[in-house]
Amino acid sequence: MKHVIEGSHAISEAVKLARVDVVSGYPITPQTHIIEAISEYCANGEMKAKFIPVESEHSAMAAVVGAASTGVRTFTATSSHGLALMHEMLHWAAGARLPIVLGEVNRALGPGWNIWMDQSDSLAQRDTGWIQLYCENGQEAMDTTLFAFRLAELVNLPVMVVIDAFFVSHTFEPVAIPEQEHVDDFLPPYEPRIALDPDNPFALFQMAPPNVYMEMRQSIHRAMEHTLDIYHEVENEFDAVFHRRYGMIEEINCENADIILVTTGSATSTARQVQMDMEKQGERFGILKIKTFRPFPGKAICNALQKAKKVAVLDRNFSFGSGGIFAQEVKGALQVLSQGPVVFNYIAGLGGRDITPDIISEVYLKTRDRDLPPCGSEWLGTSPRDEN
Amino acid sequence: MGSPAVKKEVPVPHPLEDLVRMERIPHIWCSGCGTGSVFTACLTAMKNTGINYDDFAMVSGIGCSGRGAGYINIDSFHTTHGRAIPFATGIKMARPETNVIVFSGDGDLFAIGGNHFIHAARRNMDITVICVNNFIYGMTGGQAAATTPHEAKSSTSMGGNPESPFNLPLLAYAAGATYVARWTMLHSRDLADSIEEAINHKGFSFVEALSPCPINYGRRNKQKPLDTLREYHANTIIKNNADPGELGIDFKQKVILGKFVDIEKPSHDEQYHRLYHETSTKS
Repeated sequence: MKHVIEGSHAISEAVKLARVDVVSGYPITPQTHIIEAISEYCANGEMKAKFIPVESEHSAMAAVVGAASTGVRTFTATSSHGLALMHEMLHWAAGARLPIVLGEVNRALGPGWNIWMDQSDSLAQRDTGWIQLYCENGQEAMDTTLFAFRLAELVNLPVMVVIDAFFVSHTFEPVAIPEQEHVDDFLPPYEPRIALDPDNPFALFQMAPPNVYMEMRQSIHRAMEHTLDIYHEVENEFDAVFHRRYGMIEEINCENADIILVTTGSATSTARQVQMDMEKQGERFGILKIKTFRPFPGKAICNALQKAKKVAVLDRNFSFGSGGIFAQEVKGALQVLSQGPVVFNYIAGLGGRDITPDIISEVYLKTRDRDLPPCGSEWLGTSPRDEN
Repeated sequence: MGSPAVKKEVPVPHPLEDLVRMERIPHIWCSGCGTGSVFTACLTAMKNTGINYDDFAMVSGIGCSGRGAGYINIDSFHTTHGRAIPFATGIKMARPETNVIVFSGDGDLFAIGGNHFIHAARRNMDITVICVNNFIYGMTGGQAAATTPHEAKSSTSMGGNPESPFNLPLLAYAAGATYVARWTMLHSRDLADSIEEAINHKGFSFVEALSPCPINYGRRNKQKPLDTLREYHANTIIKNNADPGELGIDFKQKVILGKFVDIEKPSHDEQYHRLYHETSTKS
């Protein structure tokens, strides 16, 4: 049955349905609604979990690392500076191979202070060993959270479920909330590979000298590759119960398209509308939505883009001194082609600025009208540079 | 026909207008919030010290009171959550002649930034820390904090807070603060006098100012704005030099206000100067 709920609460509901055991939380806008709802479920008995309002995000991740080490299902959520403060513990959670699920609401970093949408916070964590799944709307946030627990527990890696600040987190949409019994069918009780147990004592996370450390890192890499292998299978399981699936990537009218626009998150919904509107005017482009950023589904992306002449990557993030982060990754994936499409990179929507249909049209037209991209990224919608 | 003569009113400038970025007013604080009163006490104290405004810097962290640094018309920093004290420490190390004031809230100073508070106190860093204690994370919507009373309701403790709050003056004293006081925003004159004394004090000084958050604390705990002020009036007692161990906040008994610690001890910059600069010039 569909309920009108906000994107944040879609995640909270999924956490409740996933029968999570321990949740930690520290307030930060725009994430706070997620943990507030969970703490309320814990207070009114809807959830059997234990909730701890910790003293910082660093402690929030440390607390779930501790809890997960005892073999229970765990969750926390954060945004922006909170995620940056967690950085050390993010490495730890992945290195310890703990299937923690983190709700991450994309928000810009300061200074200047900005609480609005920007992907730079989560993308700055790309090398921590976390699986990262980006969501377009409330339903996808709900489904991806449930999916994340299953995936995390199969590959023993932590998963970040990422939604857009306000555009998804605070927007009320109709969301189908599954029945508990269906969730239980999809998500069996967690059976930890290793757990602290007084009857069988372990000394976890000890010194790892050069003769073992590299293999430990390689095993994380293998788990990421394994994730790519089993993703489809886990989606089949999800689909069988809930009749929905998203794919690591979604190709939207990409067949025979000369130009393909690459998007992530809620900007994809805007692009879908622009695609329909422009088709009526005889203009045609495909859309490739990237959902899974880590592990990066390079092969699938390469297959989807190889027949296009031009690819336009719309990045809502920026790596200073380089370019848009999704564009870098897409270019890397296309390197295996001897004659691949040329890649244009556009930067838009940083710090909460809207990515309007006009911006999407501009991306398409600018790509259509030029044979080759300029060197570097193109920033859209910024005011002319003040020479003073 | 001329209109009746209207006596032209000359607007009287606010006495603290020279210390406020007037273009930033109106401020964001809700009606019934006490942060503005504590801020006023702080600005009044700065003015009363007679110290040139250029010799001050204000640092604040994140939260409602953290906005103070944006409203004051002197050099100011709005830092990341919890890090106001390390930023202030850096300013003091680089410019020891500056009077550095940290104006922030309980969540910022005692949860995410708690470690910095105890270490600055231990070093006897010559900075003044003013904590607007509203018992809650106000700006993010009223989540349980390190100061939320036991059993109080918050958006993350709807069944009552299972934890116990810090006794902030005791924490400051135990960590090595050399000036410690507590007032409420209702005791505006005492608060301003205390902050003035804290600024003039050489060493780590800490002033806790109790302040209502009717929107995010009062509402959930059946306390209207005026009820809180009545409590500040009726259920407090001034007891200077009280034992810091007695200063836990419980409005069922009397909450103790006053100046509890005021001791002379060489500050960090004095010790540093004596051990490093004086020695090196001698050798």
